Amino acid sequence: MANFDLLVNKQKHQVDVDPDTPILWVLRDHLNLVGTKYGCGIAQCGACTIHLDGVAARSCSVPVSSVGGKAITTIEGLSAKADHPVQKAWIEHDVPQCGYCQAGQIMSASALLKANPNPSDEDIDVAMHGNICRCGTYVRIKAAIKTAAMSK
Amino acid sequence: MTTFKTTYNRRAFLSASAATGGGFMLGFSWLASCTAAEEQVAMLTMPEAWFDINAFLKIGDNGIVTIYSPNPEIGQNVKTSMPMIVAEELDVDWKNVIVEQAGLNTKKYTRQVAGGSQSIRAGWDSLRMAGATARRMLMEAAAKQWQVPVEELTTDAGFVKHAGKNQSIGYGELAAAAAGMSIPQEVALKEAKDYKIIGTNVKNVDGPKIVTGQPLFGLDTQQEGMQIAMIIHPPAFGMKVKSIDDTAARSMSGITNVFTFTSYPEGIEKTWSDANAFPELVAVLGNTTWEVMKAKKAVKVEWETISKAENTADHIAGFEKTLSEKMEVARRDGDPEKAFSAAAQVIEKTYSAPFLGQSTMEPMNFFADVKADSAELSGPIQTPENMRKTAALALGLPEDNVNVMMTRMGGGFGRRLYGHFGIEAAMISQKANVPVKLVYSREDDMTQGTYRPAYMVTYRAALDENKNLTAIHIKGTGIRESPVFENRFPAGAVDNYLVEKTQLDSNISTGAWRAPRSNFIAGAEQSFLDEVAEAMGKDPIDFRLELFDRAIKNPVGEKNDYEADRYAGVLKLIKEKAAWDKETPGVHRGVAAYYCHNSYVAQIVDLVMEAGQPVVKKVWGAVDCGIVINRDAACNIMEGGAVDGIGHALFSAITFKDGKPEQENFNNYRLIRHGEAPAEIETFFVENEVHPTGLGEPGLPPVVGALANAWYKATGERKYHQPFMAEQKVLG
Ligand code: FES
Ligand code: FES
Repeated sequence: MANFDLLVNKQKHQVDVDPDTPILWVLRDHLNLVGTKYGCGIAQCGACTIHLDGVAARSCSVPVSSVGGKAITTIEGLSAKADHPVQKAWIEHDVPQCGYCQAGQIMSASALLKANPNPSDEDIDVAMHGNICRCGTYVRIKAAIKTAAMSK
Repeated sequence: MTTFKTTYNRRAFLSASAATGGGFMLGFSWLASCTAAEEQVAMLTMPEAWFDINAFLKIGDNGIVTIYSPNPEIGQNVKTSMPMIVAEELDVDWKNVIVEQAGLNTKKYTRQVAGGSQSIRAGWDSLRMAGATARRMLMEAAAKQWQVPVEELTTDAGFVKHAGKNQSIGYGELAAAAAGMSIPQEVALKEAKDYKIIGTNVKNVDGPKIVTGQPLFGLDTQQEGMQIAMIIHPPAFGMKVKSIDDTAARSMSGITNVFTFTSYPEGIEKTWSDANAFPELVAVLGNTTWEVMKAKKAVKVEWETISKAENTADHIAGFEKTLSEKMEVARRDGDPEKAFSAAAQVIEKTYSAPFLGQSTMEPMNFFADVKADSAELSGPIQTPENMRKTAALALGLPEDNVNVMMTRMGGGFGRRLYGHFGIEAAMISQKANVPVKLVYSREDDMTQGTYRPAYMVTYRAALDENKNLTAIHIKGTGIRESPVFENRFPAGAVDNYLVEKTQLDSNISTGAWRAPRSNFIAGAEQSFLDEVAEAMGKDPIDFRLELFDRAIKNPVGEKNDYEADRYAGVLKLIKEKAAWDKETPGVHRGVAAYYCHNSYVAQIVDLVMEAGQPVVKKVWGAVDCGIVINRDAACNIMEGGAVDGIGHALFSAITFKDGKPEQENFNNYRLIRHGEAPAEIETFFVENEVHPTGLGEPGLPPVVGALANAWYKATGERKYHQPFMAEQKVLG
């Protein structure tokens, strides 16, 4: 066990955990931020996507010891009032079915738009490839990303 | 006009009271399938469940309507669409409606299966009756206040109105008085043409919570003093635990307990939903998920073989052998043997599909807090009542002291009908004497599933010298169940018809998977009919319509489980909407139609070739699910069905080697991803006033056939064995 100082959603936290503990479980079990989801644990499904310094990362495969001073953003911290353009677009297109994958989808999409404000269909397919939606909401996700891109 | 009696033998289906904090509260049964007044008279007894009050609607004195739904969301939007039905009959503005999850302490669930696509069908009558009754009571309160006959009053968007006196009063102002009115004996329902909410697009009531990551799911459960529990199960079907060495694991940080336990003690009576793979497991408990995940790997378990280790190759050989033998005859019309021996041409094709996992994105999990005399269970489950019964037996507690609470479910697809994980959580909590949240890793979830069984079916068609279809013969087999529905189409449309079926025994646990059996047989049947149409020189849609025409005008046999005119209806609609008769260069099209779970769906898949690969560009869907409650949500579910059907047909398979599933996570179990989904999916609805039916299942089965048929058009290659993208025949 060791102490780690983390910056999560603009707030400082200190956690005492094993250095190999993935950020996912630090968020869920230690900080009670359960919006970030567990789906596979091996960086294959994207349910656990967060931002590290604004870049999408699979938190299930990022050990806490590797984060250093990077700013962690989770779905809870994406916007103060659910008014991030991606969140708004998700509501407008009524994207979720079961909803379980959507936090990860939204985090991947918002990181994409930050890096590439006007993504093509191919850009979207590439950036979102790591996010599985078992309910099959892919068509709506793509439409919502385009709406969010236009609203920026 | 449809009317409902609100009582039966002087017992009420509803209860009215004043709401705490002001206003009016009406209690009703959420899923009760009540019958119209005239039908009630003919019934001798009413199921007890119809009188169970498990849902409430509250009208606050501010006019806000809160609907407490006992139905957790599984992804089919029932949490939004079912309250829409109540609000419609109540005649309120949807803007003033709040939906909340009720039933946190509900001991009894009136319907075993909660949340599935049959919910709308089951709740249609009771939800309408509840809304209509509350509306009527508000009108009676206004009538009393204004001293006018209630017949002179109307309602509009949350107001009671008197046209003659030009008076209008909000439901909020009437709520307290309405609580004092007696429940009307009989209520009248709206005509479908007057609907203002039903049939519109209403957004998911939980949307804002989902996009902000609020805790909604079972896996999000946190409770003071709770420990995380995980299980270790045998690596292969046919094995059990022999001994464990937990020395190393127990010394690891955060680990509090390791033990072997039995979730289903010998002799307890199981229900169908207790299907499970391994009744004896190793439990590892600790403070946090990651610590437990690591400790699992440090437990040394010795396994012993108790039954045959099965292989995919053996299953295929077993299927092929049974298909070459005589089977149980499930249906025979005319003289199929004679028709085949007289045939000028016989077409015979065999189709197969592998085992599949349900792969809900939220892995199985459950919370349990078992005390000496009571138990609280909570988590994602569709069969809470069965779980309660079995948990009580397994724990040795009275049923009334066991409570099961349902959380939102991160997908179901059949998996959460089987509640063994809840029983496991309960047994672990009892043995360890702490509240636990049992969490399955993805690997646990995928390797001890209740899999969609592997299937194989042979279709034969006899054509005479004039290329008329004279007979069809279907022979189906599968692991622990045959995929064949002998009384569904094309039964009834062919003079000489023979269906045989059988199944292979196996120690691999199987269960329901989105549209059970239909998810395979529709693709096989619809691909086969395409091939038959081609041999007959007919357009695939015209050929199907001819068969339906026959089934409408002069059906063969007595028992045909479908309405041929509605079947033909969706085909005609899709033919028109997708402009089937118009060819677009480079676009290759396949069509299919299927009926299951009381709804009819026809789909057309548009394929194009890109870099030598078939790519799905568009899926067109036509649906007859009766009255459409929430149009955009219905489209969403139809889109999901199409993506799901295409994805699994192309990519997914669970295969077995020495009893061990060869896929254990999404690195080697392929699910469809963003770039592989159709670019566009468009859905059309048959407009009618038939009572609404489900959408969760029916959108999946036909798309597999439409895909295979489009694939043939694009490549000249017929696809018989799923997954289509596998190089050789892959079967589970
Ligand atoms: S849980 Fe991290 S990618 Fe699946
Ligand atoms: S909405 Fe259910 S997994 Fe994406």
